[in-house]
Amino acid sequence: MAVMNMIQALNSAHDVMMERDENVVVMGEDVGYFGGVFRVTEGLQKKYGSTRVFDTPIAENGIVATAIGMAAYGLRPVAEIQFADYIYPAYDQIVSEAARLRYRTAGEWNVPMVIRSPYGGGIFGGQTHSQSTEALFAHVAGVKTVIPSTPYDAKGLLIAAIEDNDPVLFFEPKRIYNGPFDGFFDRPLTPWAKHAAAEVPEGYYKIPIGQAAVVREGEDVTILAYGTMVHVTLATVRELGIDAEVIDLRTIVPLDIETIERSVQKTGRCVVVHEATRTNGFGAELSALVQERCFFHLEAPVQRATGFDTPYPHSLEWAYFPGPVRIGTAIRKAMEV
Amino acid sequence: MSDKDPAPLKPNRPKLALHVPEPPFRPGDTPDFSSVDIPAAGSAPRPDTSAAADDTHPLTTHLVRVLGEDHKAVGPWDPKLDADTLRKMLRDMVTVRVFDDRMYRAQRQGKTSFYMKSTGEEAIAVAAAAALSQEDMHFPTYRQQGLLISRGYPLVDMMCQIYSNKGDKLLGRQLPVMYSDKAHGFFSISGNLETQFPQAVGWAMASAIKGDSRIAMGWTGEGATAEGDFHAALTFATVYNAPVILAIVNNQWAISSFSGIAGGEKATFAQRAKGYGIAGLRVDGNDALAVYAAVNWAAERARSNNGPTLVEFFTYRAEGHSTSDDPSGYRPSNEAKAWPLGDPIERLKAHLVALGEWDDERHAAMQEELSAEVRGAQREAEKKGTLHSASIDFPQDVRTMFSDVYEEMPWHLKEQQQEMVDELEAKRRWPS
Repeated sequence: MAVMNMIQALNSAHDVMMERDENVVVMGEDVGYFGGVFRVTEGLQKKYGSTRVFDTPIAENGIVATAIGMAAYGLRPVAEIQFADYIYPAYDQIVSEAARLRYRTAGEWNVPMVIRSPYGGGIFGGQTHSQSTEALFAHVAGVKTVIPSTPYDAKGLLIAAIEDNDPVLFFEPKRIYNGPFDGFFDRPLTPWAKHAAAEVPEGYYKIPIGQAAVVREGEDVTILAYGTMVHVTLATVRELGIDAEVIDLRTIVPLDIETIERSVQKTGRCVVVHEATRTNGFGAELSALVQERCFFHLEAPVQRATGFDTPYPHSLEWAYFPGPVRIGTAIRKAMEV
Repeated sequence: MSDKDPAPLKPNRPKLALHVPEPPFRPGDTPDFSSVDIPAAGSAPRPDTSAAADDTHPLTTHLVRVLGEDHKAVGPWDPKLDADTLRKMLRDMVTVRVFDDRMYRAQRQGKTSFYMKSTGEEAIAVAAAAALSQEDMHFPTYRQQGLLISRGYPLVDMMCQIYSNKGDKLLGRQLPVMYSDKAHGFFSISGNLETQFPQAVGWAMASAIKGDSRIAMGWTGEGATAEGDFHAALTFATVYNAPVILAIVNNQWAISSFSGIAGGEKATFAQRAKGYGIAGLRVDGNDALAVYAAVNWAAERARSNNGPTLVEFFTYRAEGHSTSDDPSGYRPSNEAKAWPLGDPIERLKAHLVALGEWDDERHAAMQEELSAEVRGAQREAEKKGTLHSASIDFPQDVRTMFSDVYEEMPWHLKEQQQEMVDELEAKRRWPS
């Protein structure tokens, strides 16, 4: 075991998989010699050579399209899109190609590809370095969408994603690369070293895709979150002294519906938290599922605490970000009836 | 673990090998650019602006240069500018550099989140602005602050944008340096690369549809030419013979990737013009006179319905990509000094001195005057606030977050706006 932040854990996942499987190749803007703008791929080119870890032209459609071609050959490409906000030129390749290749060829071809991308706000990145794009992909049949919230999960999930035979969108909450940011932006950040999930095995292990984690057990309300918002939710619950059950979804497609159902049937109340815009956000799907499957257990309407339906503003970041007050308000609403 | 193993090697065929471009120098190496071909100033022929596109294509592997080693202007591309115009360009270029230094420092002092300098590239935007009319429209990327400065946009307004403060006309919505100003012919900068390139073509097509006389100029770095939007821009430009100038600022580096990763190893960026059948020029971007002459040529061509021109400005990004970047991690720290095309400000200054129209004393005095002007603008701008990144005492009226999403605010945004106002009240009382 070693203490790792999320960047180191992701780096280790790459390293372990490149060592185990020579078909794993890593590609993206600035990922080679420099090791990526967030340093996730640092040292990999030196160790595995530039035909397995290489810089790509600035062309996200090209990155994804060539990764699909490599996957068609039999490689397992891990492609980095530098910021999730830059993924749109690749949308056609992901939605029309990677997602459907297995289906349209009745299994003759498949795309064992991972697209990694830092996402989410909280770093004053303005509207082109802050977006949460997960719902745009969760809406597409044929791709899996994974979002880790700790170093331990990040490594285990990335290894599972690389071994998966379907295309996986792997969104990394960049606000928590260096520590479990709890939403209190005016307080000092606690580094990962003080968090239990920073203890990461150095070797190979997997966390199955499609399995949520109950990160806090409780009786009074179920809160569904993923990524950075898991930590913000835990801090909110702690400060309000509420006996909430907090579920880290970890994978949004395929979703661990059993864990959600079991919890909501126990607590009778549900709050959904995400940083992305509210309308048609993944919270809408969660809310619908809970309503369809747990209606007779619900004591109150399902509440959502989310980003607002505007582009991510630069200077008003902390008014936009769904912090403890927004989450707390949603929890209180879910509990007042 | 792979699904398919490669077919066995055919005995008589060689093993394939992947080529991954590597820059000539990495940290620790001594940069030596003696192998970079720098044609002599004045050696490039100047075709007529109505020449067939083909006639320009030899220039795509050449380099239009006007300022010689002796600091004199030579050859057919000499734009023969008067001393006042030259001094104005020099003044604007020095202003850009002083401005960049102040704002870089302001970011380091925690007054804003981000900044991008254009050090070493000042001649390109400034001379291009000088060569076009004030009414022509630029679709810039993020290292063309010289366009705004040359066109007289107030420094205070630029700084207010950088500080995301009360004086920011963009209401603090955009990252620092992502300016926008319609009145100064400066289209809104996007953080997503290359999107503006085909938009510039569209604006030019509109100008042609309406029988207008204004032209557009699109800007990109060499790295972003890899995006599909580049191809769309060139295709539409040639199909509709759009009155547009498409400029590639080849500053050698796209964050950590050298120009070879963008396709610059086997052909120049200007050579791409040939495949689309449009005119192409390759220009010394550190030579303000050459930049002026090339833009002026392309403008005349566009204005007389002779079509678009792709211009590569060959230059060097002397500083990091942005305040978030440390180039010592991927290139030798003295590479900028070794770059063979020199400093654009020094070169233009030396030319004016050689003409007897400038001297060191006047230069020092101007430098001082501009430093004072920039410092004064900074004081003015800071009266309207700086970006407080860890506070809910926002520089903006928070309710503006919801305006301009649509022309009219729909019900759900009105509700969310009220939610946010209530939330900020609750924040002050938290956790009660």
